[in-house]
Amino acid sequence: MSSSSRHAGMGNLSLEGAIEGLKKLLIPNDKDEQFNKELETKIEKLISELLGTTPHDCHPVKRILGGFQSFKTNKFDMYPELFGELAEHQTPKFLVFACCDSRVSPSNILDFQPGEAFVFRNIANLVPTFNQLRYSGVGAAIEYAVVHLNVENILVIGHSRCGGIDRLMELPEDGSTDNDFIDDWVQIGLPAKAKVKAEFGHLPLDEQKRECEKEAVNLSLTNLQTYPYVRERMARKALALRGGYYDFVEGCFKVWEVKSIITAPIHS
Amino acid sequence: MLSGTNSDLRLQASRELPGLTKELKSDKSERMERVEHGTDLFDEMKQRFLSFKKHKYMQNLELYEKLAKDQAPKFMVIACADSRVCPSSILGFQPGEAFVVRNVANMVPPYENGPSETNAGLEFAVNSLKVENILVIGHSRCGGIRALMSMHDDVETSSLIGSWVSVGMNARVRMKAATKLLNFDQQCKHCEKESVNCSLVNLLTYPWVEEKVRNGELAIHGGYYDFVDCAFEKWTLDYKESNPNNKSGKVAVKDRAFWF
Repeated sequence: MSSSSRHAGMGNLSLEGAIEGLKKLLIPNDKDEQFNKELETKIEKLISELLGTTPHDCHPVKRILGGFQSFKTNKFDMYPELFGELAEHQTPKFLVFACCDSRVSPSNILDFQPGEAFVFRNIANLVPTFNQLRYSGVGAAIEYAVVHLNVENILVIGHSRCGGIDRLMELPEDGSTDNDFIDDWVQIGLPAKAKVKAEFGHLPLDEQKRECEKEAVNLSLTNLQTYPYVRERMARKALALRGGYYDFVEGCFKVWEVKSIITAPIHS
Repeated sequence: MLSGTNSDLRLQASRELPGLTKELKSDKSERMERVEHGTDLFDEMKQRFLSFKKHKYMQNLELYEKLAKDQAPKFMVIACADSRVCPSSILGFQPGEAFVVRNVANMVPPYENGPSETNAGLEFAVNSLKVENILVIGHSRCGGIRALMSMHDDVETSSLIGSWVSVGMNARVRMKAATKLLNFDQQCKHCEKESVNCSLVNLLTYPWVEEKVRNGELAIHGGYYDFVDCAFEKWTLDYKESNPNNKSGKVAVKDRAFWF
């Protein structure tokens, strides 16, 4: 039903009549719940289309419905044993920290399948130091993944053109802020910014930002080690930490490891 | 838990869908070996990235060049970190489509709780990216919700999980009262959905969210993914019918859909 026909007024009487008629069909049928739900969904969809309800509501909904149907047909129904097992428990090998950025979903770029990675996504993929009073959100994810799910790997993935790192590098020197929460969050990265300014301060700001995107990953890897259960498992080689960087401008992906070395005695 | 025949089938399944899940019965030294070297794991990861580059990135260069300059996602999604519920997997979001925050039990704390990683993401998505939709997705068998439902009423928890999931305490209180006759698993399932509604109410405590919802620039949706039956429920907050000042935290919803 196009909006022009509604404006012309010609279709209005029949439109209202149609909607009323459809609404009458939404009567619960105790006999068949599944049939009822399916029918209800179709009727409600038809009604909202006729009403031209909020245009920005329809397309996004169609989009995710299509996505879900594709997932169900091509994945869920194709691997019943796998998904049956996953329904009972998850045993991911990875805890992944990635940015919320719409361009860097780890499932898209690294093709993580259901069950493989416990994924925490926040602005600029930052991990603050262990703090029981603040940042319980991040702490809860680390605690759950490391202690309860017993993941073997933590991977922190940074990326190019990160808005959070942009903001970090452009934070006003005087500590003033024009937002409620963003600056408070990105300032976790200040040690990375300081390091970049010291080593790469001679470069143009854009290049400094690229360096900071990688340095912030290293900072997060360092901060991860302030969590007692992370440290303990690393010490007995039950957990490995790695950093990653996805550059979607060049189309490349780098990975590096956290290693600690204890040297042989140094003789005088 | 795995019988002989089941493990054969599982191996077959995992061969077709390459598995990076842990072998359930590996011993300590095997684990150390895997962790120490991890080369197989990262070889696999390299292959997957190169495959993404070849089949997606290089095939859609124009799109990726455009995305490299800027992102303009229509959605902000708040989902659980659970390995089974990635929104890109289950709802097919492609690069550029959804700004995604993932935390334990897909919770949104209210404005008055102060700064957190979740509301920093929310502020960026709403005020900088100007997304048109926020979708909060709950899911079945959520460990975070289970932890919330298992917490003792009067004991202050020292675990970070406990501190975080208590954001959903309103949902737990309402559910415990309404579902007394159900077993614990069923109560948890109800709480998983109620917690989504709790988060929708909490979203409206952010002034810049409420303003945009009131002006029709932003729509807020709840979702629930049941990975036992593979079904997805979706509903939209009906701002006009809801009373944001109502402290009971109840929301009116519309456009309910159930996909299975």
